[in-house]
Amino acid sequence: MTLVITLLAAAIATAFWYAKAPNSDMRLGTLALMYWGAALMWCVDGIHGLLEGEGFIEIADAAAMLDDAILGLVVVAVGLVAWVVYLVAKDPKRVLRKSLANS
Amino acid sequence: MACFLVSGGEAIVVTAVHKAVKKSEIERGIVDESGKQLTDPTQEGICWTRKLSWLMNMLWGGVILLAIEHMWHGEVVPFPPFLTAMYNPADIPAMLGEMATVGVAMAALVTVTWFAVTLVADAVVKRQSATAAEKA
Repeated sequence: MTLVITLLAAAIATAFWYAKAPNSDMRLGTLALMYWGAALMWCVDGIHGLLEGEGFIEIADAAAMLDDAILGLVVVAVGLVAWVVYLVAKDPKRVLRKSLANS
Repeated sequence: MACFLVSGGEAIVVTAVHKAVKKSEIERGIVDESGKQLTDPTQEGICWTRKLSWLMNMLWGGVILLAIEHMWHGEVVPFPPFLTAMYNPADIPAMLGEMATVGVAMAALVTVTWFAVTLVADAVVKRQSATAAEKA
């Protein structure tokens, strides 16, 4: 479920990036690439699980599925926080610098 | 256990390479200080500063989010030795084995995907240029 939720986040971030392109002021491409990178890594984890005789995604146990789903939401939230930190640090629209200069 | 550390190592190396490439491309007038390409990508191709930033974002994003997953499962703790597998010497070979297989495969898949994306992006940009030349 973590993989599914991260893939969904990657697809949504990519759609927003596409809608805003070529304007990259919000660095939505960075957010999308972060989620795609994590999703690819979890795909490898899933394939490893298959080779070990487990499922690609945990669907047999409802409690484990719920735990994975909550983890997926936490991962998406952490990704958003990391992106906001990156955005403020890079300040591509110079909003922070202008605000600080005017205060 | 600690598979994401392999991608973390690659992310550190790629970040250092990106910094060196950006410095070189600034000196050659290919990009400006903010990393924006100054040359025509339809003629020169997409600059490496930009291409490497894609790989950096994928690797760092994956490492941060997988670190959260490992913390969630209690495999990473915020105090030394940071990896719970290190508490038991019997778990260390299994951890290293997982890094050598799953960890390397994760880093390789991200890198191969990124490389394929760079080839497609360059082809798309050059095709756009050829189409524009045909219309003119």
